[in-house]
Amino acid sequence: MKPDMDLVPTSSQTVGPFFHSELTTDEHCVRCIAGPNAKGERAWITFRVLDADGAPVDDAMLEIWQADAQGKYNHPDDPHFGTSDEDWIGFGRLATGEDGSCVLETIKPGCIRHNSIQAPHLTVAVFARGMLKQLYTRVYFAGDVTNEEDPILSLVPADRRDTLMAKPDSVRPRYWRFDVRLQGEQETVFFDV
Amino acid sequence: MDGKTTLTSIKPYRRVPEGSQPPSLYEPYHSTTKRAPLKPLILLPHTLSEITGPIYGHEKMGEKDNDLTAQHEGEPLGERIIVSGRVFDSNGRPVPNALIEIWQANSAGRYRHAKDQHPAPLDPNFTGAGRTLTDQNGAYRFITIKPGAYPWLNHYNAWRPAHIHFSVFGNAFISRLVTQMYFPGDSLFPYDPIFQSIPDENARERLISKFDLETTQPQWAKGFVFDIVLRGPEATPFET
Repeated sequence: MKPDMDLVPTSSQTVGPFFHSELTTDEHCVRCIAGPNAKGERAWITFRVLDADGAPVDDAMLEIWQADAQGKYNHPDDPHFGTSDEDWIGFGRLATGEDGSCVLETIKPGCIRHNSIQAPHLTVAVFARGMLKQLYTRVYFAGDVTNEEDPILSLVPADRRDTLMAKPDSVRPRYWRFDVRLQGEQETVFFDV
Repeated sequence: MDGKTTLTSIKPYRRVPEGSQPPSLYEPYHSTTKRAPLKPLILLPHTLSEITGPIYGHEKMGEKDNDLTAQHEGEPLGERIIVSGRVFDSNGRPVPNALIEIWQANSAGRYRHAKDQHPAPLDPNFTGAGRTLTDQNGAYRFITIKPGAYPWLNHYNAWRPAHIHFSVFGNAFISRLVTQMYFPGDSLFPYDPIFQSIPDENARERLISKFDLETTQPQWAKGFVFDIVLRGPEATPFET
């Protein structure tokens, strides 16, 4: 194959039920994406993956991609590359347990300033048996004033935006809850990327 | 406003051609019916959040991670094979330093996994998991054994064609790919709803590796070649 060709990307196939022996061993999971000295407000997000009946999906894998507290991605295509927080990891990978949940430790990201200003958010890719390809969604933080101006949220019908909001846990400070509903009345908004 | 950042435009990634990817809902694969969204997906213009992505797993690479036949005291049972290929983006450029992770059943069609109830033997010398990085030319290579077909409960007398699961990271979070590699001539293809879920026949066929005499090692192992294409950025007319 030569450069500048027009190649069709390889088709996706389901991750299946048996991925844990490679993808989500203790060594390969990343449940905390902020090193101990990462700047910012520490946050724990409890994800729950649910199917059309509201039943927990106990064999899902979530991958997370997130900017640091200043809204910088640790990646060469970010114009701020090289200046992101030294103790920032930004990539997470978790497997859901029997109750369909998993907990990510992170810091609350900053606004992404690039052409427009995006409100603090995480990007999430969802994989599971019964899913032939991954689904992408975003986690925003309920109550953040910048949500009102976010250019991506404004593309989402107003009555569905709430599915993209992490809600503060009523009992534990700095804990947030985010449900990924794959189907149904309260189906989470997924993005065509 | 920071002038420097506003002048840098986002180079969006190319969208995937119609029919080359499976739909989320494909009824013959029954588990999709309760796990596929039914509301419309929102078309997302690409931002920094989509076109950047992780560099992950590079520091965790072990010497025997790409040789699934060398991870235990003895050799696993089954047909030893070499699986190799190259990773390109959709512009045909090799993708170097891409993390590839694989997992598979043993030669009897059994996974080392608590949820696999298939009454076939486990092999004490086979875990069935490996990882590697592509080199500067986007090339990778694994040594493993050919996985067996195995039954599943999707429909009466359902069997999965032999396959190796692949997980690949590209440059961007949206070029992430999880797929399965198959073997040429498998008689189970027509009956497998996971394989058949891909509408475009050519795209489907590209998941089937090719037997390759060049990479076959005499008196030792057959070679199979599997090239992978990840989504790449839209080409600009000014680029050379």
